[in-house]
Amino acid sequence: MCLALPALVTELLPDDSAKVNLGGVAKTVSLALVSDVKPGDYVIVHVGYALSVIDPEEAARTLELFREMGEELPA
Amino acid sequence: MKYIDEFRDGEVAQSIAAAIKAEADANATYHIMEFCGGHTHAISRYGLEDLLPANVRMIHGPGCPVCVLPVGRIDAAIWLAKQPGVTLVTYGDMLRVPGSRRLSLLKAKAEGADVRMVYSTLDAIKLASANPERQVVFFAIGFETTTPPTAVAIKQAQALGLKNFSVFCNHVLTPSAITQILDSPEVRELGTVKLDAFIGPAHVSTIIGSRPYEYFAEEYQRPVVIAGFEPLDVMQAVRMLVRQINDGRFEVENEFARAVTRDGNEKAKSLVADMFELRRVFEWRGLGAVPYSALRLKEPYAAWDAERRWDVPQDSPPDNKACECGAILRGVKKPTDCKLFGTVCTPENPMGSCMVSAEGACAAHWTYGRFRDLERSE
Ligand code: SF4
Repeated sequence: MCLALPALVTELLPDDSAKVNLGGVAKTVSLALVSDVKPGDYVIVHVGYALSVIDPEEAARTLELFREMGEELPA
Repeated sequence: MKYIDEFRDGEVAQSIAAAIKAEADANATYHIMEFCGGHTHAISRYGLEDLLPANVRMIHGPGCPVCVLPVGRIDAAIWLAKQPGVTLVTYGDMLRVPGSRRLSLLKAKAEGADVRMVYSTLDAIKLASANPERQVVFFAIGFETTTPPTAVAIKQAQALGLKNFSVFCNHVLTPSAITQILDSPEVRELGTVKLDAFIGPAHVSTIIGSRPYEYFAEEYQRPVVIAGFEPLDVMQAVRMLVRQINDGRFEVENEFARAVTRDGNEKAKSLVADMFELRRVFEWRGLGAVPYSALRLKEPYAAWDAERRWDVPQDSPPDNKACECGAILRGVKKPTDCKLFGTVCTPENPMGSCMVSAEGACAAHWTYGRFRDLERSE
C-alpha cells in the first residue's frame, strides 16, 4: 500500500484539492499536506494525498549522477 | 511517464551494476538492509539482486505497515467491526490479513460485519457524513506517510462536527523500528545477522526528512542512503552505500533529493505533532514490544479515539506457529525458509501478514522471485 507514483497536477480545485494525471488516469487528490502547488508540478501521491512536490532540478541532477557513473568506469 | 521511465532504464541499471562491481572489494561482504517494503517490491520486481555481485546482499526489513501489525491489533479491529452500529473502514490490504484462528476482516464481513475499504481517509469522512446513524471507525495503520492523512480526516471531522467518526490508531514510527533491529540480539551479540548499512525510506522521508536518521547513523555507525522506489534509485543507493562502507564513513546521504529535504514536510509534521503523542510501548510483529514506537491521539482529540470510546481488547495472541513473518521482518530469515511458502500460503490465501500486501517480503517473492528460484535450480 506504499507504492505511489508521481502525478502531474492539471487543475487546482476548491477545498484544497487538485486534479492530477496519473499515467493517463485523472484523479482528484488532496493538497492539505503541501503548500504552493501549481498546475504543471509533479507531486508524489499517497493514499489520496499529495505528500511532496518533485523538484525538477534535483531530479535532473540525480539522473546526471546515474550517467556519470557509467563514464567513470575503468574500461 | 515522466519521473518514472527514466528511473527504470535497463541500460543505466547495467552501468550502475558494473560500477558497483568495480568498486566493491572482492574480499569483503556488504549486507544492506532495505527498510521499506516499497524497496523490497522494486528489488523483487526488477530482479535487482541478480544485477549485484555475489558479495553485495540485500536483507529485507520490516518497513511494510501491513506486515508489522501484530495479530492482537487485527483481532481488535475485528472485534470493533462486530460492535453494534459500527462500520469499520480501512485500506484495502488490511482486509485479508489473518488474525487469530485465521479470521480476517474479510471473513468478518462475509459473516455480516459492516467492513468497507477506502482509498483515502477523506472517503471515510464522507461515509460518516452520509450515514449519521452508523459509528464509522477508521482502522488507521501505517508509518509516517499515512499519519498526516489520518490527522487531516480528524480535523475535518472536527470542523464538520461529526460525532459518529473515530480512529482506531495504529500508526508507527520508522526510526524506532530501525533502532530496535540494531539493538536486537541477532545483530548486537550473536552476530547471526550482519547489517552494514541501510537504504532509508522514500515516502516516509518526504514527511520526516533525512534528519531523524542522523542520530543512529552516528550512534550505531551505520551508513544510510535515502532512496526513491524506482529500480535505478535502489541501484544508486547500493552504490553510494558500498562507497561509504569502503571509505569507513557512516553518513546520511539523500539519493531521493527530488522529493526529500533534510527537514521534511513541515506542514504535515506540525499537524501530526499537534494531534498525536507517543505510546510508551507498542507491539510489532516480529520485533516484539518496541518502546516509543507508535502514536495515539492526545487528550484534546479523545472524542475521535476509538480506544477511548470502546473498551478495545488489548490482548497479544501469538502468531501462527508455522509462519516465519516475525523472523523475516527482523531480517533473520527469507520467505523461502518458510515451509508454508507457496504451498499452503499464497497471496490468495495468506497465512501470514507478509504474504498480503505487494510490499510484503513473501508476496513480493511469490509474485516476482519464485521463477528465478526455478531457473536457478534447473
Ligand atoms: S510464506 Fe506465509 S506463512 Fe510463511 S512466512 Fe510468509 S506469510 Fe508467513
